[in-house]
Amino acid sequence: MSETIQIHANGEARSLRRGTTVADLLRDLEIKTERVAVELNLEILDRAAFDRQVLNDGDRVEILGFIGGGSL
Amino acid sequence: MTDDRLVIAGREFKSRLWVGTGKYKDFVETQKAIEASGADVVTVAVRRVNITDRSKDNLLDYIDPKKYTILPNTAGCYTVEDAVRYSRLARAAGVSDLVKLEVLGDERTLFPDTAGLIEAAKILIKEGFIVLPYTNDDPIVAKKLVDIGCPAVMPLAAPIGSGLGIRNPYNLKIIMETVKVPIIVDAGVGTASDAALAMEYGADAVLMNTAIAGAQDPLAMAEAMKYAVHAGRLAYKAGRIPRKLYATASSPIEGML
Repeated sequence: MSETIQIHANGEARSLRRGTTVADLLRDLEIKTERVAVELNLEILDRAAFDRQVLNDGDRVEILGFIGGGSL
Repeated sequence: MTDDRLVIAGREFKSRLWVGTGKYKDFVETQKAIEASGADVVTVAVRRVNITDRSKDNLLDYIDPKKYTILPNTAGCYTVEDAVRYSRLARAAGVSDLVKLEVLGDERTLFPDTAGLIEAAKILIKEGFIVLPYTNDDPIVAKKLVDIGCPAVMPLAAPIGSGLGIRNPYNLKIIMETVKVPIIVDAGVGTASDAALAMEYGADAVLMNTAIAGAQDPLAMAEAMKYAVHAGRLAYKAGRIPRKLYATASSPIEGML
């Protein structure tokens, strides 16, 4: 079994060490977990699950936050 | 007017001017303009976090969610599915159950797709969201939105970012008489008098972004809007004189030579 997996994070391909969790990924990206939402393969992931959710090969992760916008 | 609070779904708001956070030069200007406007409700959009350039600041580092009510919006959503998805993401990002729901009909006008809006609102209300819908100046749609459980409605004054002011004051009047929830005039305000007029007509609040952010001097315009909304509200509560075709002397005739 390969040591790395391929995922897409916000549309970008990334190689990760097998066993990486969502919390690990956010830490690597230097994203504070408060005030972001994570969607894993189109399902919103509960914040409490970030630590235990291990990423798998081919996963699509979306990390969203708040930006300036009014009525666009 | 200290007791003249705006209450929506049991939440109390001090300011009747609500502002957007788009189109500013930078976060410092955004922060200063919001401060100058006196607004306590600030609307924000939900987008992908920039993961390649982490040096970029976060908007919420500049707008303290403890000080302001953060109102996530679904700006840019053209389908019911997208609007529902973005609302759920906004809630998951942990600010609140509030959402300014936009389901847009077309890119040129950014007018709401009111059929989609009602459908999305129904889904979200069932999931416990407090839905503040951005809607057309249509009294029938406003009533339907209230009937399904929206605690306020946000009819437009004119197309988003157009600065045209209130294009259909009579429809807004009818909406105000038809529904018994707060009316927040959202979008289309160009300058201070537009905001004052909306409040004089009886709107409970005004939400704007471009009118402030796009002004030559956004901080000065933010302050102008604060006074306009306040003045308009005071005038509405004071009760204006009826319009008459002919003059009525304001000085007595008695005592004249």
